[in-house]
Parts: sequence; C-alpha cells; structure tokens
Amino acid sequence: MEPNLILFYAFAALAVVTSLLVVAQSNPVYSVLLLIGSFMALAGLYVLLSAPFAAVIQIIVYAGAIMVLFLFVVMLLNAPKEDATQAAIGEARATRVIGGLLAGAFVAELLWALSRSRTMAMPGPMGARESAWSVGEIGQIIFTKYAFAFEATSVLILVAMVGAVALAGRHVAGKRPG
Amino acid sequence: MAELNHYLILSGVLFTIGTAGVLVRRNLITVLLSLEVMLNAVNLTFIAFGHFLGSADGQVIVFFVITVAAAEAAVGLALVISLFRHLETLNPDAFRQLRG
Amino acid sequence: MTPEGFAQLAILGFVFFMLLNSAAIMVYVERKVAARIQQRMGPTLVGPYGLLQPLADIIKLAMKEHLRPKAADPILFALAPVISAATAFTAFAVVPFGAETTFFGLLDQPVPLGVADVNVAILWVFAVTSMGVYGIVLAGWSSNSKYSLLGALRSSAQMISYELSYGMALAAVLVLAGSMSLREIVDSQAGSWLGFIPRWFVFLQPVGFFIFMTAGVAETNRAPFDFPEAEQELVAGYHTEYSSMSFAMFFLAEYINMVTVSAVATDLYLGGWHGPLLPEWLGWLWFLLKLSFLLFFYIWMRWTLPRFRYDQLMAFGWKFLLPLSVINLLVTAAGVLYFGA
Repeated sequence: MEPNLILFYAFAALAVVTSLLVVAQSNPVYSVLLLIGSFMALAGLYVLLSAPFAAVIQIIVYAGAIMVLFLFVVMLLNAPKEDATQAAIGEARATRVIGGLLAGAFVAELLWALSRSRTMAMPGPMGARESAWSVGEIGQIIFTKYAFAFEATSVLILVAMVGAVALAGRHVAGKRPG
Repeated sequence: MAELNHYLILSGVLFTIGTAGVLVRRNLITVLLSLEVMLNAVNLTFIAFGHFLGSADGQVIVFFVITVAAAEAAVGLALVISLFRHLETLNPDAFRQLRG
Repeated sequence: MTPEGFAQLAILGFVFFMLLNSAAIMVYVERKVAARIQQRMGPTLVGPYGLLQPLADIIKLAMKEHLRPKAADPILFALAPVISAATAFTAFAVVPFGAETTFFGLLDQPVPLGVADVNVAILWVFAVTSMGVYGIVLAGWSSNSKYSLLGALRSSAQMISYELSYGMALAAVLVLAGSMSLREIVDSQAGSWLGFIPRWFVFLQPVGFFIFMTAGVAETNRAPFDFPEAEQELVAGYHTEYSSMSFAMFFLAEYINMVTVSAVATDLYLGGWHGPLLPEWLGWLWFLLKLSFLLFFYIWMRWTLPRFRYDQLMAFGWKFLLPLSVINLLVTAAGVLYFGA
C-alpha cells in the first residue's frame, strides 16, 4: 500500500470517528474539541488533494476562529449537558425516534446509491492535478472570475457581525448593549 | 492512490453523520455543530472534484463556503444566546410558543 | 536512509533541543536583565554569575507536588498545557534559520537549515498561533475556578483581537516579497542598496515592523499586554490552579512563543541570515544575533513599560492597531504597484 493511500485511510478514519463522537457526546465542550479534531483530519485530506491553501484556511478560519466562538458561547452560557430526564419536557422521545428513523432512512439511501456506482468519475480535460495549487493561481481566480462573490461575501460578513451584536447584546432601557 | 469514489464515500458518510446529529440531538449547540459537520462534508466533495478535474474552482468555492459558514455560525450563536436568556435551557423542544 | 535525510532529521532534533535550551536561557537572561534594569544584581549564587539558576529552577519545578483540583475536568486539565506547548513548538517548524549547507562537504547535496520549507509558511505560522488560543481557554475552563476562567477569557479575547493586526502585517510583507514561503522572503532581502544599506523589509515598512512586534507581544501575553496574567489583579490568571510540570509547560510555551515571534520577525523584516562580513554558511550566526536583539527588546519592554489596563488594551488593538495595519497594507500595495518593485 502506498503512503498516500495509508494517509488517506488514517485521516478518513480520524474524521469519521471524531464526527461520530461530536454527534454522540453529551458534553458540549468535548463536542467542540472533537469537531476541531475533525477539521484537522479534513485539513490533512485537503493537503493530500493538492489544496494546501484550503487546508490552512480551514484551520485558521474554521478551527481557529469559528470554534473559538462556539467555545466562548458554550462557556459563557455554562451550557448544560443534555439531560436524559429533560425528556419530560414534551414529546421529546417521539422526536428522537422519528429523527433516528429519518437518519436511518438517509443512511440506507446513501448505501443504496453507493452500491450502484460502478464507474469512476471521468477526469476533466486536463486530468487530475499533480502539484499543489499556488496561492497566486487561486488569487487570480477569486479576483477575476468570482470577484462579485468576493465582494458580496464581505458585505455578508458585515451584516452577520452587525446582526449578531444586535441579537445578543443586552437591550436594557437606558443602557447601551453589551 | 485514493480514487475519487473513496473521497465521495467518505463525504457521504460524514454528511449522514451530520444529518443524524441535526435530527436526533436535543441540544441547540450540538445541532449547530452537526451542521458544521455537514458543511465540512460538502467542502470535501468540492475539493475532491477540484483535484480530480484539474480545476482550482473547487478551492475557491470552499473558501466562500467557509466564509458563509462563519457568518451563519455567528448569527446562529447569537440566536442561541438570546433563546437561552429567555428560557434558561438549550433544549429545542422547550420553545413551543409558536406551535398551533 | 540517504545522508541528506539523516541530516534533516539531525537538524530537526537539533532545533527541538535548542528550543528547549532557549527557554532555559531566556529564564536566566530575563532575570539578569530585569535585575540590571532595576539596579540590582540578580541571581549570583548558583554557579558562576548565577548561570546554573535555570537548572535549579527546573529541578525545583519538577519536584513540586502535582495538584489537580477535585472539581476540575481531568481530560481537559491535562490536555491544556500540552496544546499550549505543542503549538508553540509546531509554529517554529517552518522558520528557516540558515542558508543551504553541505556541512563541510559531508553531504553530496546541500540541505537547507530549517525543519521544513512549506510554500504557505506564513499562513502556517498564523494557523498554529491561532490554535494556541485553545490551550489557554481550556486551561481556564477546566480549572473550574473564577480567577482562571476570567483570566482565560480575557487572555483569549486579547489574543484573537491582536491576531488580525498580526495577519495584516504578514499580508503586507507578502505583498512586498511576492511569496508565502519564509525562505523565499528571506532570500528576497539579500543584497543592499548603495552598498551599505541592507535590503531589509524593516526599512521599507517600519510601520509594519512596529505593528508586527506589538501584535506579537500581545499574542504572547507579555508585558505591557500581560493583564490576564497580572499577579496583582487576577492571582495568576489561567494557570492559577496548575503546579509542577504542567505549570512548567505553560511557562515553556510562553517563552517558545516569544522565540517564534522573534524568529519570524527576523525572517520577515530583518533579513534572516543575510549580513555583511560573514560567509554564507555562517549566516545562522547573524540570525542568532538578530534573534537575540529582538528577545532582549522583549525583556526590555517588559521591565520598562507599565501594564495596559484591559479596556485600554482592547481599544488599542481594535481602534488603533487594526486601522493602522490596514492602511499599511494599502500603502504597501500602492507602492509596489507604482514602483513595480
């Protein structure tokens, strides 16, 4: 087995295991940390797919900033663990059962679709990429072909920032929020 | 050499795990985290296709997806904070005022 | 294994060993320099001129009792110092400290002096530094104590605020050099203008250098930005409940972060290992010299400037340093476009 394949399986196993634990953990702090582990595994996979820029951006933005935000919220709210006895609140048990059935149906559909795929996807006109893309090439594409999306995304982030502050700030009469 | 199908299977598995998390878990923060798992799976698909088709567009789209995920996480968490302030719980079943 | 591979492993081990030593040396130098600034002698008892003081400190730390508060989360409590120390070391992995060398002809092909040469090295440093925030946040949270949590939240908020200016300063250097690989950035600073002014980026971007060093000091939680660790206000901040070797790991992580920030600044702004008078293969001496100067500057600042209050610190980071770094980036980009350098 060549090293690339071994690395793929290692990172893939890590990603699947950590994602499963994210969903299964009851303590939200552990969930956040396990998700960070999942991001690291995926970053490794991106490097294998000749995308080191995407890998580093994933770590900087996703694992380094968004997850810090999650962690801050979990810590400031002192988020309680999901309590089994809280099922007394409503038809929580029925919700879980139906949710589980839906997820099971999704898995079944996925397995069916995968079992029917026989041929590999056709490589593009230039074939699979051999060397890692340089940041310059990506920059070229972002600022020419996707320039409008780039500008729109920056407005989106501004709107999200203002919205988050407006939603989460304290609106006590006479005092400024925060 | 790992083929495209390997990456697509992995991506499908991760997406399923994320969906299961969103549907089954009764804790708002964990639901948001499962949503991030789903977005990750999609990112992996984009980059895998970008690699095997020789196009850098995959990475560019992932760049935008990550940015949008950041904005969505910020607003989602702000909503969670507001909800928590109201009812002191993170269980989505507790918010029933709009039910018919 | 080829001789080159063996040499690279040897360099890796050497860098790791020297980083550990550098922490010990920094402990001694800090105490001596602090003492001289405060017009006293500093450690003189242990060994000649007090040179064995760090050894005594390490032995003392290792022999202390290892405590863990009962209410602390055991996994996170043990994990936090590991994350801090690991990210501190990892960030140094992409820093080159010398030109290529064949070790006096022992090797067939020259081997570059540095652990790894990644072509997104600047982003790597930035990514690993942002991972370092977790060590602090988890330390504060898992200790399950008020002082720890407050110190940790303040410290991590400070770190992520100053990361933005840090990144913008890095981006400005990227515009000047045209590459993200630290080795190529250093190589683009070789040579000199008019024969005696070296082509260092600090002369082209003095504001950028100021921003980078300031943000670096804030990132490493050193004075004058060390409010989260201030003894007078917060007991000891996020590492209040830690003792013995775990505390030593945080201590180590702080010093190694200082060394990394100084090393990256040397490579980005001060021309790395290029310097007059010495042959190319002795370039690492110049690197060491510049690195030592920056570290001395760090220590000098700590014992000279008073501490910023937390709200002053955050206001400085967001309202002054960030706009300044954006303007710096714009001016640099305009300059490169106009002068076509």
